[in-house]
Amino acid sequence: MSQDQIAVTGKPAVPAATSASAASAGFGAFVRRNQIVEHIVLLLGVLLMMGPIAVAFTTSTHDPVTIHSEGMQLGFGNNFLPTYEAVIFEQTGFTKQVTGWGMSLNSLILGLGFAIGKIIVSMLAAYAIVYFRFPLGTLCFWIIFSTLLLPLEVRILPSYEVVQGLGLLNSYTGLILPLIASATGTFFFRQFFKSVPNELLEAARIDGAGPFRFFWDILVPLSRTMIAAIFIIMFVVGWNQYLWPILMTTDESFYTVVRGIRQILQVWIGADIPAYNEALGLAIIAMIPPVLIVIIFQRMFIKGLVESEK
Amino acid sequence: MHKAQFQSPIFPYLLLLPQMAIVAIFFLWPSAEAVRSSFFLQDPFFGNETFVGIDNYTDAVTRSDYGRAAWFTFLFTLVVTVFSLGIALLLAVAADNVLRGQGPYKTLLMWVYAIAPPVAGLIGIMLFDQHIGPIVDFVALFGWEMRVGVNYWDSGIAMMIVATWKQIPVNFIFFLSGLQSIPKGVREAASIDNPSPSGRFWTIIFPLLAPTSFFLMIINITYAFFETFGIVDVMLKGEPGNNPVTLVYKVFLDGFRGNDLGGSSAQSVILMVFVLALTIIQFRLIERRVHYT
Amino acid sequence: MTTLEIKQAVKRYPNGALAVKGVDVTVEEGELVVFVGPSGCGKSTLLRMVAGLESVTEGEIVLDGRLVNDIEPAHRNIAMVFQNYALYPHMTVYKNLAYGLKNRGTPKAEIDTKVREAAKLLQIGDYLERKPSQLSGGQRQRVAMGRAIVRDPAIFLFDEPLSNLDAKLRNQMRLEIKRLQRRLETAAIYVTHDQVEAMTLADRIVVLNNGEIEQIGTPAEVYGAPASTFVASFIGAPPMNLLEAQTGDGAIVIGDTHIQAPVRANGPVTLGIRPERAHLADGSGAAAGPPMQVDTVEELGAVRLIHGSVGGQHFTANQSADEPIPGDHVRLRLQPDDLHLFDHDTGRRL
Repeated sequence: MSQDQIAVTGKPAVPAATSASAASAGFGAFVRRNQIVEHIVLLLGVLLMMGPIAVAFTTSTHDPVTIHSEGMQLGFGNNFLPTYEAVIFEQTGFTKQVTGWGMSLNSLILGLGFAIGKIIVSMLAAYAIVYFRFPLGTLCFWIIFSTLLLPLEVRILPSYEVVQGLGLLNSYTGLILPLIASATGTFFFRQFFKSVPNELLEAARIDGAGPFRFFWDILVPLSRTMIAAIFIIMFVVGWNQYLWPILMTTDESFYTVVRGIRQILQVWIGADIPAYNEALGLAIIAMIPPVLIVIIFQRMFIKGLVESEK
Repeated sequence: MHKAQFQSPIFPYLLLLPQMAIVAIFFLWPSAEAVRSSFFLQDPFFGNETFVGIDNYTDAVTRSDYGRAAWFTFLFTLVVTVFSLGIALLLAVAADNVLRGQGPYKTLLMWVYAIAPPVAGLIGIMLFDQHIGPIVDFVALFGWEMRVGVNYWDSGIAMMIVATWKQIPVNFIFFLSGLQSIPKGVREAASIDNPSPSGRFWTIIFPLLAPTSFFLMIINITYAFFETFGIVDVMLKGEPGNNPVTLVYKVFLDGFRGNDLGGSSAQSVILMVFVLALTIIQFRLIERRVHYT
Repeated sequence: MTTLEIKQAVKRYPNGALAVKGVDVTVEEGELVVFVGPSGCGKSTLLRMVAGLESVTEGEIVLDGRLVNDIEPAHRNIAMVFQNYALYPHMTVYKNLAYGLKNRGTPKAEIDTKVREAAKLLQIGDYLERKPSQLSGGQRQRVAMGRAIVRDPAIFLFDEPLSNLDAKLRNQMRLEIKRLQRRLETAAIYVTHDQVEAMTLADRIVVLNNGEIEQIGTPAEVYGAPASTFVASFIGAPPMNLLEAQTGDGAIVIGDTHIQAPVRANGPVTLGIRPERAHLADGSGAAAGPPMQVDTVEELGAVRLIHGSVGGQHFTANQSADEPIPGDHVRLRLQPDDLHLFDHDTGRRL
């Protein structure tokens, strides 16, 4: 029972998604001794998923002329440092005022701002919805709910006009706030708060905790792992934003790395020998932070993903 | 179970204020504006507008390029959903069965999730590039001269492949966690009742995965429609020309390039209705799932 | 002196359902009162009304002479032990105990003294720096009790606190709770659906059914003279046998058998007989009791249960394992004092 589990694990009940793996694998082994077919399938899968990334990286270590004449390269080239030096430190773009480093900082601001902003805003809203009874509660809930129905992609033009009207083009606020409007985070925390046993609230009330204390002393510490999981996912989502930054940022000093990918294509058109290596180098740089975070916090990431999508 | 335990006249409103403000300004207002402007014809030079009723809608859906985009979007969605689900299921079943190396396989198969769609698109156009792309060289061996960016279907196929590739990890993660939540006892009972592993898979495991599969289908359709924008944009290098585009990309093109605010808004509203229908289906399914468990 | 008075308490939920229908209970100083009844009988609701976790629709809750109906739980001078302990999973045992005191603004030094005292009393002094997840079920139970003790309340409220423990630990903790309560001399209400817990712990038992009180009395009273067929069948294991019978002319008639007894009633009644008071005699003898057809015998070690039928109605008797195993046909030897008569329609004791 969930109330029981909270005492055992220190966090509200979560269906054991990973714990059964060892047992079932053991059982599988018992049924069929060799798993050569499985390993072949998996190795092909790894080749499919990793191959393109590997080729992209190795190719980026060659110089453009080699790539242009000989195609994409599987071996490691001798142009690694020049490529990445250029991508990270050289001014690019039409106005030559942004570097890969600068774009990465913008991406970091977007990723962090989006993740942190979303967590704070949605935790507060979910707390109000789950733990309070008030006249407009249901209405607020449905309004927030409606944001799940319409992704940003179907209302880009009017959204752009609103942000333009507010004078927020080319600003971090204009970049981040509209992305927070979608209520995925609120729903995730609502779901989580509902799984917190009611007895904890009652015990806290007897211990003299009011609404603020209960939130700060009990609920927030209790949500730590959930916050971390949602942070990882939201950081990745924020870092990877593309469409909105394209519309919002015309000033190159606000470009994110992912936005910069588009810029590199623009420069490329019409070039005799495009800087393939630099384009791929920028792609590698754009993927490193989110990929590292996902790999390092893999367990938490999967938990957050599987739980939040329910 | 009702949790609402605190009573306070203003505190809950303060808690909701940030979310409601953001939703009102950046969601409700633009959405309402999209619906409103879909019934008007805007003059891009003088800024005045005239009410035209549903003309924008009839114009939009009767234009041949809209029909082409809709048809392509349908095929694109079908191919991406079927292949990314199929490949992911195969990999998840294999990963669930292996005794050794499950951890590393899992990591290697899932981390493409973290790559942004446009970044995947960029690697894609390199791999499908006519001068340097190894995939073009490879299919040339079979006599297929692939000309991505020039030939309509060659571009479309390349976009489908990249979009499928990008979506495999998330399906894999959900399928694997679905497989691993099937109780050991059920598998053991099945192995006593049915001697054939593939028979067991199709009669026991696959039906138990059905809720996950339905859920993922919705997720994949949403992905193919909306989240592939970056892949499409980068692979077309921002210049669609004679190449296929998805409906969402067309909303963007008509609105920002074509300055056809009314037409773009009408297309937005059509997509809104589509998403609404998807969401209703999704909630029906979730309801049923709750009912069953 | 009276610690708690519940006067005509009514709980009506917004949907109109009546959970508690006008209940009067008093708890004297140092007394342990057990609320017992089947699930849904309103016992937990009543307890939570005392705690202030449920509002009181009608009636009064008076604690230490003070009307507390509209007072926040934290200010009622009560302490509660929850069914699932409700320990704060992210806090150490020490912090769990200290949290309520801290919120009251108790000075740090005083909190420390109280926490350590309670920990010593409960023998959890070694675990103060651990988190609840690192404790066993019994230890968690003690921490939950410690959290109640440090508050030094006017009354302890226990809401089925042992239901999450296994049988062995439950018996042990039951004893500990009783000792502790005696030692602290603090009034307590203990809610349970387990009649054994009720019998062993209570100074007085309140039997609730359907939002109403069936009977209030000491365990001996409730067991020896149940006020209704409900109490008779709820208290005692195996439960009291209840047989449809007729009365008249100073006799009780079950089937064909007349039992002479000083009864005033006339007409149909429900006759109650405790299994251990139904002595079995050899079926062939001429004993004056009703015949019993035996179908199953259960050996429990010290005693055995004899299941069968009397006058076509199910009947269970209880005999010592020393006695010989009976044959298929026996007769019951009954003492007039062991016969409980209940009104056939209302189920109330006659």
